[in-house]
Amino acid sequence: MPPWRKPWVELTPGPSGPVATSGESLPSLQATGGTADRSFGLLTRIAAGLVLAVLGLIAVTMLKRSTSVLRAMGLDYFTTRRWAPPSQLYGILSFIWGTTFTALIALTIAVPISLGIALFITQIAPPWLRRAMVYVIDLLAVVPSVVFGLWGVLVLAPKLRTGYAWLSRTFDGWPVLGSLFGPNPQVRSFLTAGIVLAIMVTPIIVSISREVIETTPQNEKEAALGLGATKWEMIRGAVIPHAKGGLVGAVMLGLGRAMGETIAVALTIGSALGQVTVNALASGNSMPAMITAEWGEADSLKKSALVAMAMTLFVITILINMVATAVVNRSMKKSRGS
Amino acid sequence: MASVTTELTPSSPRPTTALTADDLRAQRGRRSVVNAVMIGLMALAFVAIVVPLVFVIGTVVGRGAGVVFRDFPAWFTKTVPISERRFGPGMGPAIIGTLVITGCASALAIPLGILGAVYLHEYGKNRGFARVVRFFATVMTGVPSIVMGLFVYLVFTLYFKLSGMGGALALACLMLPVVIRSTEEMLRLVPDHLREASYALGTRKSRTIMGVVLPAALPGIVSGCLLAVARAAGETAPLLFTIGAATKFRTNPFRGSMTALPLQIFNNATSSKPAAIERGWGAALTLVAITFLFTVVARMVTAAYQKRR
Repeated sequence: MPPWRKPWVELTPGPSGPVATSGESLPSLQATGGTADRSFGLLTRIAAGLVLAVLGLIAVTMLKRSTSVLRAMGLDYFTTRRWAPPSQLYGILSFIWGTTFTALIALTIAVPISLGIALFITQIAPPWLRRAMVYVIDLLAVVPSVVFGLWGVLVLAPKLRTGYAWLSRTFDGWPVLGSLFGPNPQVRSFLTAGIVLAIMVTPIIVSISREVIETTPQNEKEAALGLGATKWEMIRGAVIPHAKGGLVGAVMLGLGRAMGETIAVALTIGSALGQVTVNALASGNSMPAMITAEWGEADSLKKSALVAMAMTLFVITILINMVATAVVNRSMKKSRGS
Repeated sequence: MASVTTELTPSSPRPTTALTADDLRAQRGRRSVVNAVMIGLMALAFVAIVVPLVFVIGTVVGRGAGVVFRDFPAWFTKTVPISERRFGPGMGPAIIGTLVITGCASALAIPLGILGAVYLHEYGKNRGFARVVRFFATVMTGVPSIVMGLFVYLVFTLYFKLSGMGGALALACLMLPVVIRSTEEMLRLVPDHLREASYALGTRKSRTIMGVVLPAALPGIVSGCLLAVARAAGETAPLLFTIGAATKFRTNPFRGSMTALPLQIFNNATSSKPAAIERGWGAALTLVAITFLFTVVARMVTAAYQKRR
């Protein structure tokens, strides 16, 4: 930098900043401006703190409202599957299972598809195609979940009937697939909910995977190509090892999203109580769907049971998201080299 | 300068086995086949997600268009029929409700979210508090919407009765972290020399932010916020416990129950009456049109901005 370009004052803002103007004395300017500056800073800090306040308030309120059922049921609340409001028995094991099982089915379908799309967008597609694909994925992300639910229950589910019957018949008696595609298939089932969920979580996994994949250093990819690697070998040798951690995080964020999804699952899972089975073709229920369905006609203990269910869901998704965010952050930081 | 001693020879992944030229040639065929197959699979993955999207949109338009445009403005101006059996239009209150509730939620979440992002990027930077907030803002984007709805029911609706404001609060809680995250990304793109130029003129930090940094990032912020609004307009679960179920026009979010498009779709989807199901598809088309409009406008803002630069 040539000497005449060198700044001779330190370029930092603050009370020392303003140049005295005619009329007003410097101290008075500093006094008023300084206050405005400080209060603006405080305002932004409060706004940022709202995030923590809301999360904290959610935890406190839910915990307070769910004590009565936890006191009445004890640990049985989590470990039994009997949900019988008339006899004041509330066990949510089957709903925890429903939430987990549908989310796992969704991921089994969505993960290979999402990673394929993310790799294709970032590594293979020419710019014009890339833009179009990103556009389509964005549109998919804003289709409201209730519309997917409506479509899932009125259009998709009836179409799956013959397919489900075939799966159930064909794999009857097989070791693993036989229990996965068990007898008596229902069109509103874990699998139907899982399929709809898979469509819904794909955009989120794609967008985070893309971010992670794009941090792969250009020179490593070029080095691979320069050694004569094909595009796929470049992806396998340079991109995937580099992005592995972040991709795991992206999948976990998708898992959190799938477990919390409410309306689409409520419409397609079939609302059957007490189902703890690996039969993906059976009807079941999930925690969010259960809260939606039962809230209207709930007395105080049942309301408490439903709030405790929401709290369980909150804790599970928060934990998954915390781990996932930490994993993604670490992977991004490592590759940015800062 | 030390001489570069890297040998510029190609190395095969397994140098222990000597390969002949014929081996390599044979492998090249196999490798390019593998390459083509894998790229084909990736393209197929995209097709696998486009097919359901087209299927969903096609069904919504196909079944909804007739309902929405029959006796044209009736769908937008009439109230919702109370009887599930009665055919006929009327989604006006739900359209108004969705616009009012989403509008109130945006009025709450967008200014607060932008301020929060300003704190994170302009004040907090890498300080402990800012890092904690940034982390939990990302975590908060994953809080299930039904949890937000129940939370607002417990802290607001229980005391202030069912109202549009409760729904708006729940949606605002969902939007807040999304706005914070997307705005911070945009602030990061504002070059530091703009801030320094402003400081060099003696401008205070708050004026610099309001007058220089935020205007510079505005198009990006607008497009991020529009996407957040589109996402929020389609949320159902937060409204279930907070806004009630009105069938008449209600525009005051502070008094009395309201209704919204997502709720109408949900209620009609669980019905068995053809008339109700028909209205459900009409409402779905209206809602999808609203959310897509926001998304497309957001895209156009971004595109116009990129062209200008």
